[in-house]
Amino acid sequence: MRRSRPEKWSDYLPIAYPAAMLTAFFVVPFGIMVAVSFFERVQGGFYQPAFTLSNYARFLSVFFGEVLVFSLALAGAVSAICLIVGVPFTYRLTRLARRYQVAWLIVLLGVLSLSEVIIGFAWSTLLSRTAGLSNLFVAIGLMESPQAWSPGLGAVLTGLVYQAFPYTVLVLYPSFSRLNPALMEAARTLGASPLRGFLTVVLPAVRRTLVATFIIVFIFALGAYLLPQILGRPRHWTLSVLVTDQAIYQSNMPFAAAMAVFLVLASLLLVALAQLADRKEPAL
Amino acid sequence: MTWLGRAFFAALALFLALPIVVIAGVALNARKTLTFPPQGLSAEWYLSVFVDPDWRAALMHSVVIAALAAAISVSIAVPLAWFLWRRIAPWARIVQVIGVAPFILPPVITALGALTFWATAGAYGQSWTVVISHGIFFVSLPLVTVSLGFATIDREILEAGTTMGANDRILFRTVILPMIRPYIVSGFAFAFVLSLNEYIVAYMTVGFTLETIPIKIFNALRYGYTPTMAAVSVLFVGVAVMVFGLVARFGDLPKLLGAWSKGEGQ
Amino acid sequence: MTGLELIDISKQFGPVTAVEDVNLSVPAGSFICLLGPSGCGKTTLLRIIAGLEDPTRGEIRLNGARLNDRPAHKRDFGMVFQSLALFPHLTVGENIAYPLKIRGRPAAQRQARVRELLDLVRLPGVEGRAITQLSGGQRQRVAIARALAVSPQLFLLDEPLSALDAKLREAMQVELRQLQQRLGVTTIVVTHDQREAMSMSDLIVVMSNGRIQQVARPIEMYRKPANPFVADFLGQANLLRARGRGADAEISGGKIPGLRLPSNGRAIVSIRPEDVAIGPSDAAPIRATVSFIREMGASVEIHLDAGDDRIIAVASPQSCPGCAVGDTVGLTIPASACVLFAETGT
Repeated sequence: MRRSRPEKWSDYLPIAYPAAMLTAFFVVPFGIMVAVSFFERVQGGFYQPAFTLSNYARFLSVFFGEVLVFSLALAGAVSAICLIVGVPFTYRLTRLARRYQVAWLIVLLGVLSLSEVIIGFAWSTLLSRTAGLSNLFVAIGLMESPQAWSPGLGAVLTGLVYQAFPYTVLVLYPSFSRLNPALMEAARTLGASPLRGFLTVVLPAVRRTLVATFIIVFIFALGAYLLPQILGRPRHWTLSVLVTDQAIYQSNMPFAAAMAVFLVLASLLLVALAQLADRKEPAL
Repeated sequence: MTWLGRAFFAALALFLALPIVVIAGVALNARKTLTFPPQGLSAEWYLSVFVDPDWRAALMHSVVIAALAAAISVSIAVPLAWFLWRRIAPWARIVQVIGVAPFILPPVITALGALTFWATAGAYGQSWTVVISHGIFFVSLPLVTVSLGFATIDREILEAGTTMGANDRILFRTVILPMIRPYIVSGFAFAFVLSLNEYIVAYMTVGFTLETIPIKIFNALRYGYTPTMAAVSVLFVGVAVMVFGLVARFGDLPKLLGAWSKGEGQ
Repeated sequence: MTGLELIDISKQFGPVTAVEDVNLSVPAGSFICLLGPSGCGKTTLLRIIAGLEDPTRGEIRLNGARLNDRPAHKRDFGMVFQSLALFPHLTVGENIAYPLKIRGRPAAQRQARVRELLDLVRLPGVEGRAITQLSGGQRQRVAIARALAVSPQLFLLDEPLSALDAKLREAMQVELRQLQQRLGVTTIVVTHDQREAMSMSDLIVVMSNGRIQQVARPIEMYRKPANPFVADFLGQANLLRARGRGADAEISGGKIPGLRLPSNGRAIVSIRPEDVAIGPSDAAPIRATVSFIREMGASVEIHLDAGDDRIIAVASPQSCPGCAVGDTVGLTIPASACVLFAETGT
């Protein structure tokens, strides 16, 4: 059964159903959304077909500019933190004995499946003034009086990092587990301390994966919708929050659609940048 | 591992465990208030998920939607992965990208797209719309796992089968399918668990007509707190751990997630 | 005392004993091979020497100084791994210069040393190339150059030639030996190929099940193996049962004049194929039938059945008896060619 080109029309059957489903229920909705972004808003209702750029023009306002910058900065911070913690963790994880690896993987998968709502709820409790960590710290003498750390920027960051971390590890996992262990050993026999070997041999060997993971986690954090609302104040709301706010509560579908389209373009731009950066590396 | 390494892992384990400890504790509170540590212990909230009609309905909705949606995801992913593996067809990559796109892009995009689509189609709010939208949304999970599964098939094994007299259909049934079955199962498991916990697509499509567990929890958070929401979250984490534990027990979890299998590689 | 000393080294991985009670003295400047089948512990022993594993018990000494507590990156050894482990993100020159850079040598010095080493391994001018642009044999040499960059005290190689095809392997064996003799560096090679061990080493260390079976020079080990395992592993050996008390014991139904067995009248005897002489059946003590003939070009290998025993004889084409499969012949085995081992229980 070699790989071959499709010849008879029946060869195309396996892909017909997936293509049809995906076109009907993703491409078409996406297309409609793009179209709606050019429509005019109707007061009290949804929208009416038209062609106007006014929705996109609202982007140029300072307010939305600030939200955009905040969203991007927040996503970048979350991705950076997840990588800084996640990369050494995943590397060590893949060197563990098998049954500990499996145990950790199950734990990470369990955390991954925690609903965003619950993560928000749990962290808002942990960082509250009446029932959280600060009470614990006061009890053991580390702090003088309990503080409310939520809602706040730190709380949003903590919640997002918590949510994105298992995802980061699972994306890094294949590359690190396939890494030839002899590379690190060779570095050690050549005189590099374990830390130096990690920085000069292991990290460069997985360079492409690191960039790809950063992008993936960045886009993931960009999509944060619930956590900024539960753990943050309105000034911490991201673009995704605004999209739903406009769509549902302000009944301004065209504007929401325009922001959504913008989010997509931003994500695609990032992916394209990653590919470009990849290509500039000397071929190995 | 050095003691520094151990401390690092321990700190991380603590970080990951804290929220779960909190919700488990909150769920045990005797009274219907949000206090931690719990004052007075009661297991009634764990039971109320099954006893309270509203919560039970939400649970049923979530489970049924998750099962059907995961089935749809798998039904789309398997033929697509098969086609990509079997055929040389560069244009098919486009279909693959479309399959993966909903998951890579911010979820609010898919949710909004679904909203406008179903509104335009006139089916907005119908309960089956979320099944289809979830099914599309989670295609990338079984697609990734099943593609990984196909990639592990050594074509020499198929050639050996051919020399022994097996035609394509027999090869598929007796060799290929058994080899990718664990990947299909794990893809289904991922999609199922994630659908159970998914909020925004469900909210935007059917949030006003029915409640899934995440929707109900969010509403409870805003309007009427009850420890039941914490209890159900603990249960869902338990389900996830159990499901993945089973996958690990009967399969090779590291391999399913992309590692070489034991003794393979390099 | 110069050289490497291993004293009572043992290594356990959980319930599995990989290495047990290893005592070994490696004289400075010598070339030794750790030889044995897979799973015998030779690679584990090498890794213990390199510092990549810690022994469960025992001591390692280099020139009298204790090495156990020194981490791998401070041991000043050079190692070539089975997978070569060349750094994919660095060029050939950068790979070789890596240990020099770690030690802070200035760029000009590094460049000069890289050129010197590439000349040594006969790969001049490839400093700027990427690893992927090299052939298997070339990568091999780069790995060797890199390991030798800082003139280490000990040069360790883990199955270095196993990935090469036969012709290249034989050429590299000679080159590696010549390189070592030129530099005078103490070298330890792990291999499962006994011909490789015989062709390169000053001393062979045969291991099995984690224990050392014998340490000797190649030809001595060939002529006087310490036990049936070593006899069978190094070259070919006919392991036959001998019976008899008194001056002439019997093998395969034929008397061997001058073969004296221990007091219980039983022993296992190891005989090399080239010591088995074939002649007409009436003139020789052992009668056998020819079952298989292999013409190898440089030699002829003849398989024989003598009663229940299978015996292999080897002759040069010139002195070959010219027999065919199915012929009955007579075998003569001189007592001096027999190495005796005690017969163990089963």
